[in-house]
Amino acid sequence: MFIVKYIKEVYGGVKSLLTGMRRTGYYFTHHKEIITQQYPEELPVLAERFRGEVVMLHDENNEHACTGCTACEIACPNATIKIVTKFDITPEGKKKKAIDKFVYHLELCTMCNLCIVACPTDAIKMAQTFEHSVYDRSLLTKVLNKPESKIREGVE
Amino acid sequence: MISFEYIANSFDSWLLATCPLWLALTIEFVVVGTLCIGLFAVLGLVLIMMERKVSAYMQVRLGPNRVGPKGMFQTVADTLKLLVKEGLTPAGSDKFLFNLAPFVVMIAAMLALAPLGFAKNFQIWDINIGVLYITAVSSIGVIGILMAGWASNNKYSLMGAMRSGAQIVSYELSAGLAILTVIVFTGDLSISKIVESQADGWWIFKGHIPVLIAFVIFIIAVTAETNRAPFDLAEAESELTAGFHTEYSGMKFALFFLAEYVNIFIVCALGATLFLGGWMPLHIGNWEGFNRIMDYIPSSLWFIGKTFFLIFVIMWFRWTFPRLRIDQLLNLEWKYLLPISMFNLLLATFIAIQGWYF
Repeated sequence: MFIVKYIKEVYGGVKSLLTGMRRTGYYFTHHKEIITQQYPEELPVLAERFRGEVVMLHDENNEHACTGCTACEIACPNATIKIVTKFDITPEGKKKKAIDKFVYHLELCTMCNLCIVACPTDAIKMAQTFEHSVYDRSLLTKVLNKPESKIREGVE
Repeated sequence: MISFEYIANSFDSWLLATCPLWLALTIEFVVVGTLCIGLFAVLGLVLIMMERKVSAYMQVRLGPNRVGPKGMFQTVADTLKLLVKEGLTPAGSDKFLFNLAPFVVMIAAMLALAPLGFAKNFQIWDINIGVLYITAVSSIGVIGILMAGWASNNKYSLMGAMRSGAQIVSYELSAGLAILTVIVFTGDLSISKIVESQADGWWIFKGHIPVLIAFVIFIIAVTAETNRAPFDLAEAESELTAGFHTEYSGMKFALFFLAEYVNIFIVCALGATLFLGGWMPLHIGNWEGFNRIMDYIPSSLWFIGKTFFLIFVIMWFRWTFPRLRIDQLLNLEWKYLLPISMFNLLLATFIAIQGWYF
């Protein structure tokens, strides 16, 4: 009958609305756990593969493994990396190519990981940092090799 | 004992004793106006904060927690930001109507404040048609909304405004009939008389079935009338960006935002007055001792408590239900709420004539 169907519809509608309100009411009164991460106090757990920025690895003697082969510079799709080379004089009097500056433009980087794949000596890797905001764009242009750093013995 | 009634009366008699009548009246007008604007500002801050916290708690979040203790000054900071922002008027808009619209909405909200009883014998204007006055005046707001939508010269704004118009025209009916149900029992339209008639119990208890149905319908209808989710088709941010206030910025936008919250306060105050006894404490029939204990809680606290309870219920709706489509919205009104409330009014009249209420 029409009127029975009508009343059933109203009853069903009110009941389903009340079910929803009960759910949110439960959340409102049981405010113990929160699903959001309280970011500045509580740092996020990052995946191991997270790509934050390119860094160059230095050991305790301030030595790195970069030979200045420019494989990463060639591999980079948008000219993020610029390697400035110089020639060191070895004790034997020979000239040896070495890096002067490993310039990295974070503002251009798309975190594609191709430079890390291209590097034959594993001198660079992706770091887990992500707080990159700065007040001036020029601060995003970084020199990755530390001052006074040298190439590690035995890395060719 | 210090009460709002005592303060108002002693201020009034002191003014009348020291100044001539015209000056006293002018001063009183200015004081009342200032208090109203102050109340609006405080309401805006408190209700927006409450909304954000309630929504956060219902969504298992924390909500604003940076500015001040527990984020309590977040809305103050937001208001300051809106105050210093540029109020842009779009080039193709009707400049006069565009700038007038927020004030129309705001003034409509302000006018509806006049006959509300905030505490025992504490009322701006006790007119004998208080309820009728509120329902009449609160629909002026839709003119402001239509004005804003039309003058913006933006199709989203216009669409939002038209929807808002359709919505208010239809939901006024069932809100009005729900109010009438209580009026049938009280037999009076003045707010103070309605509150006094609830001295031996609130209407929601005394009027049992018809008043309960009317209460539910009233809450649904006023949620629609104030353009709140799940009936927020007029702004529908996922469809119409911001509906009728898409083009507004700065303080003009803030006025719309404030008017929305003040309207919620007014309709909830009206609902509290009609169904939950306004400032009247919880009285049960002839239980003298119980009634005396309840009288110790100040009447203003009762009023504020009931109003905020209803505001909380409306916020609860907003953060639970998904938005209705326009045809669903009109179906709900014309096929369900209106027939039910008409039948309910008939039932209430019958019960009132037979005297089957407490």
